[in-house]
Amino acid sequence: MEILVCVKRVPDSAENEIEVKADGSDIKREDLVYSVNEWDNYAVEEAIQIVDRVGGSVTVASIGSPEAEEVVRREMAMGANNGLLLTDPAFEGSDGRGIAAILAAAVRKGNYDLVLTGAQADDGAAQVGGMVAALLDWPYASLVNMIEVKEAGVLRIGREIEGGNQEINEIQMPCVLSIQTGINEPRYVGIRGIRKVAAVEIPVLKAADLGLGAAEVGRAGARVKRADYFVPPAGAGAEILQGSTDEITAKLVDLLKAKGGIK
Amino acid sequence: MAAQMFAYILHKDGKADDSASELVSAARKIAPDAAPVAVVIGAGAGLDAVCAEAAGIYPQVWKFAHDALAYPNAELIRPLLQRVLPKGAVLLLPHTTFGMDVGPGLAVKLDAAYLPDVVGIDGLEGATLKVVRQEFSGQASTHLQADISGGAVISVRSGCFPPEETRSAGGQVADKSAEVGDLAARRRFVEVLQAEVGDVDITKEEVLVSIGRGFGDKENLPVAEELAQAMGAVVSCSRPIVDAKWLEKGRQVGTSGKTVKPKVYLALGISGSFQHMGGLKGNPFIVAVNKNPKAPIFQVANVGVVADVLEFVPELTKRVQEAK
Ligand SMILES: Cc1cc2nc3c(=O)[nH]c(=O)nc-3n(C[C@H](O)[C@H](O)[C@H](O)COP(=O)(O)OP(=O)(O)OC[C@H]3O[C@@H](n4cnc5c(N)ncnc54)[C@H](O)[C@@H]3O)c2cc1C
Ligand SMILES: Cc1cc2nc3c(=O)[nH]c(=O)nc-3n(C[C@H](O)[C@H](O)[C@H](O)COP(=O)(O)OP(=O)(O)OC[C@H]3O[C@@H](n4cnc5c(N)ncnc54)[C@H](O)[C@@H]3O)c2cc1C
Repeated sequence: MEILVCVKRVPDSAENEIEVKADGSDIKREDLVYSVNEWDNYAVEEAIQIVDRVGGSVTVASIGSPEAEEVVRREMAMGANNGLLLTDPAFEGSDGRGIAAILAAAVRKGNYDLVLTGAQADDGAAQVGGMVAALLDWPYASLVNMIEVKEAGVLRIGREIEGGNQEINEIQMPCVLSIQTGINEPRYVGIRGIRKVAAVEIPVLKAADLGLGAAEVGRAGARVKRADYFVPPAGAGAEILQGSTDEITAKLVDLLKAKGGIK
Repeated sequence: MAAQMFAYILHKDGKADDSASELVSAARKIAPDAAPVAVVIGAGAGLDAVCAEAAGIYPQVWKFAHDALAYPNAELIRPLLQRVLPKGAVLLLPHTTFGMDVGPGLAVKLDAAYLPDVVGIDGLEGATLKVVRQEFSGQASTHLQADISGGAVISVRSGCFPPEETRSAGGQVADKSAEVGDLAARRRFVEVLQAEVGDVDITKEEVLVSIGRGFGDKENLPVAEELAQAMGAVVSCSRPIVDAKWLEKGRQVGTSGKTVKPKVYLALGISGSFQHMGGLKGNPFIVAVNKNPKAPIFQVANVGVVADVLEFVPELTKRVQEAK
């Protein structure tokens, strides 16, 4: 099976305090620690496991600045066979649909049976996978937490729905699935693994290589425009306890007792 | 505004989802005089009850009944919506696992703007709609603008558009089942498997000590367990703790976990994503401990402590033990 996995380089929100620039044009990106989107790591692991079982190959593709190469390489160190870096100044300022159009064009250039995305990325939009499927006119399922390869071109999949219940479906290939965390346990990538793929050539594709016109992608093609970032007016919010640890724990224990939190 | 607005009504067992009355509030934020049409798709005896409920909220209800639509399979419903919605339609959907399944692809198929997980609507200026979203699990907010004259699909976060006081809309139900047409899909719904019940039922607990990714490592679990023991509480958690297999799924609080209604909730090293908070009901007293003073959890907690959980929690445990 030929599998393409879409991976996004994102600021690691567990590691960073995200701050909005004074003029609201962006967040402060200078000192951010970047990593691969959490959901995408599960998608790559799943693709590798499927290929281990039924054969084929895994290709990892990322759209972004040239730095996105580092996440492609990281996922290749996990065991993906090929990488693709989709980078072009014309891609900047794309909305979700623009990103999906670029990925769909990359899919058309290959011969894939299955495309995996993460369920969502740092923007929390959960949009790209479904849009890629629609552009390709392939069937789609979101929030997938189980994949079983059945006979001839059919996958048995589980979607994680509300309450953690699992919706079982059968879906025909080629198809696009967005992967939910917890589907597997992504393998650890050590420095050694990264070093092994350090010299591997990663093909770079630009808009022209993908047959994309400037009006379809980037700022020009975006029908959804991000106007600004802002810090919403703080609501009532929590009373932040101040003082020494001793003082804070004493206050907290009193509060917890009063609220029935200590039995 | 010229474009007709529609609201997708989620329903189950003959009852409309709470989002039904939130979507109409969202529609009125776009246009105060909006008269959105409720779209009710399904099968069976319960569907008329859902339509009647929707007619209490919406001036017009479109009903689409077909046996093949008994379960909401997005791959059947997306092409159906694509066929029956007029050109330039603005469709509101709840940002649930169904909304995420159907919405993005529908926007592409309708060649309409997609506005995902909207938490606020500033309004319409000419054809430009301005909405509010959150990024980085709520650490930053952003305004998006879109020209919606060619239509839009807007997925709306639960709880952000409180329902207006109920005055019956006295809506009309139009049975459009004849327009359902061909229902073939390359994805077939098989069944729903219920989530496993775990060793403890956190939905019945009054005091929960809940841990998140900020706990760092599985070895640190006893730090939380000791506090819970001292307080007479039970340990629950956010999703990453279950993904990493530190605790079983039955302990997860949130939209894809359990809905809990404790009296007191300690959120330790939890950022406060809406999917986590969506599982916390009944207005508990929330204490948050987080090393990031800007963590969104502090917006919703009653009391906060800015500290490293691994340093602070053992101190708190000691103090609780002394106090007993
Ligand atoms: C400088 C800047 C300006 C922007 N301007 C706008 C704007 O004007 N309007 C607007 O709507 N958005 C804008 N964006 C947001 C942006 O284009 C998003 O990246 C896009 O919407 C897709 O990301 P997401 O987080 O929404 O994806 P989601 O749909 O949440 O992600 C789901 C999955 O899609 C795949 N995926 C997403 N992005 C990529 C990628 N880059 N490469 C490979 N796979 C990917 C991954 O598998 C991911 O898990 C801007 C971003 C930047 C950095
Ligand atoms: C469809 C869907 C359903 C979902 N369902 C759920 C659900 O049911 N439940 C759920 O929880 N999530 C759910 N999620 C995931 C959710 O989006 C978040 O990713 C998740 O809630 C984040 O968990 P967290 O707060 O533990 O981790 P993070 O967001 O990574 O936050 C960790 C926090 O710990 C703080 N921290 C780090 N180190 C320390 C330290 N040493 N001391 C103190 N603080 C520290 C950080 O500042 C940060 O605020 C769902 C996602 C999707 C897409």
